[in-house]
Amino acid sequence: MLASLVGVLFDGFAYGMLLFVLSVGLSVTLGMMNFVNLAHCSFAMLGGYIAVTLMNALAWPFFATLPVAFVAAAAASVVLERALYRRLYRASDLDQCLLTIGIVFVSIASAAYIYGTIQQPVQMPPYLRGSVVFLGVNFAVYRLFLVGTALAITFVLVASLEYTRFGAQVRAAVDNQRMARGLGINVQRTFAITFALGSGLAGLGGALAIEMVGLDPGFAFSFLIYVLIVVSVGGLGSIGGSFAAASLLGISDVAGKYYVPQLGAFLIYLVMVGLLMWRPAGLFGKR
Amino acid sequence: MSAALEGLAERYLHLERPTRWRKSEIAFWIATLLPFFLFESYLSLASQVAITALFALSLDLILGYAGIVSLGHAAFFGLGAYAAGLIAKHGWGEPLSGLVMAAALAGVVGYAASFIIARFRHLALIMITLGLGLLLYEAANSASWLTGGADGLQGVRMWPLLGYFKFDLFGFTAYTYSLAVLFLVFLVARRLIHSPFGLSLRGIRENPVRMPAIGAPSHAHIRKIYSISAVMAGMAGALLAQTTSTVSLEALGFQRSADVLVILILGGAGRLYGGILGAIIYMVARDQFSGVNPQYWYFWIGLLLIAVVTLLPNGILGGLAQWTSRWSSRWSSSSRRGTPP
Repeated sequence: MLASLVGVLFDGFAYGMLLFVLSVGLSVTLGMMNFVNLAHCSFAMLGGYIAVTLMNALAWPFFATLPVAFVAAAAASVVLERALYRRLYRASDLDQCLLTIGIVFVSIASAAYIYGTIQQPVQMPPYLRGSVVFLGVNFAVYRLFLVGTALAITFVLVASLEYTRFGAQVRAAVDNQRMARGLGINVQRTFAITFALGSGLAGLGGALAIEMVGLDPGFAFSFLIYVLIVVSVGGLGSIGGSFAAASLLGISDVAGKYYVPQLGAFLIYLVMVGLLMWRPAGLFGKR
Repeated sequence: MSAALEGLAERYLHLERPTRWRKSEIAFWIATLLPFFLFESYLSLASQVAITALFALSLDLILGYAGIVSLGHAAFFGLGAYAAGLIAKHGWGEPLSGLVMAAALAGVVGYAASFIIARFRHLALIMITLGLGLLLYEAANSASWLTGGADGLQGVRMWPLLGYFKFDLFGFTAYTYSLAVLFLVFLVARRLIHSPFGLSLRGIRENPVRMPAIGAPSHAHIRKIYSISAVMAGMAGALLAQTTSTVSLEALGFQRSADVLVILILGGAGRLYGGILGAIIYMVARDQFSGVNPQYWYFWIGLLLIAVVTLLPNGILGGLAQWTSRWSSRWSSSSRRGTPP
């Protein structure tokens, strides 16, 4: 009983860490520019497909594909930011939603056109397969790796936000964009860089997600909802909030599916609506 | 005295002018009868178009006029559809009373939800409407003893409309019925929009904080229009259930909420005919293209959305209005230039 509880907690936490990597970029960019980017998971999907292609068609090792997924998603986001997003920073929420939903539609149809609608098969390297038993509980190696990666990313993110010049600029722009501009911070440039990094992280998350949740063209939509839940519950622009919300969501999702499967995703949506009604700005949000 | 009255009348002229029926409007509603004569094989599509137009109109009231972004409006559509379907399945197949009951149920739920909706804006609002829609979807999915779950609601038997007109295979009755309901609801919506209430809704859309200061209670107004919109969406759902004699889970799905949003934006939100025009274009295009490659339909929809947002921010109708006003002002200025000084 206890062992299964620990197992569920661990699996949920690992899933939560995946959601955290996928969503942290959106949280920061939304907090900074108030730009509702629903196409965030399309960048994740792009990263996933890049990794799959490199692994299956060119036989690259799994670890070599991760940086490429990151760079490709970041590059794609820079192009889109320049071409489309930049015009709509001052537009309404609705226009931003619609533009980015349009991008999601296009990305899903393109993925279906190129790769078909089936799940992409991947073969993880042998050292990431199987599981280790510790105190009678099974820990899947890949999930351990995922948790480690996510914790490392969190550490790097928090450290660079807190202790670098660029991080200070990002924090200033999130807190008060106009004031930051007044202090001579180039918010536009800061935002573009943050946006690229956040999308790159999403791409990395997409590549990491394949082993756990599979990859098909519906990814851009099905995970969008989870990512939005993490962002809105955690609070915009808050890395700690995203971390907490992602862990909570991952654990409650896995636990819900394990203990009360008949409820499906009902529980999660209920928790989200309840939390948002209680705190509209999210758990750790300021606005 | 009379001069003052005249001045007052003149001041309200810009409010009164749009309430009059224009020739183009009358022509439009006469044109909706064309499918009976010209496209008889497409009558069931025409009925789908009318239902979608009604749904888009209901969203237009809250989104276009009151500025409430909803990503979960299909909740009320699905509620109406399931209510109408269940009533008919369990022995009461009379369409009109079924429609009223379904609309009433959607309205009650909408009224309850409106207390939540009125309190939020921006991202929290988007997420809460999305969450409520998904909640209802999951609930309908799990309650398969009632709704049939993923298989859809089977065994819906409708009695003839008004005791006489059977729902035929060609959609003759279906289109008549849907069109009549659409027209009646449209009349209500049109009256509503041009009333002082409709005007204050537009004020709320522009600035929800300032409106209470001039005596328009934002929250109460939002609750009212949200409930009305829920009733209309429920009617659209009920119409779909009654004319197709089936309800699928998809009636509640996120895809439907997104579709109706696309339709409304495409046509032009905040314009009475925006949703209707959008529904005609969208449904007819989907019918034409779905034969080619249904999987890639959303590619074009996505491109269209990007194009509309970046090039035509007020939808097709907004673009048309802008274009005609520019054209007419150019025409009048050039004619003025033509007259000798």
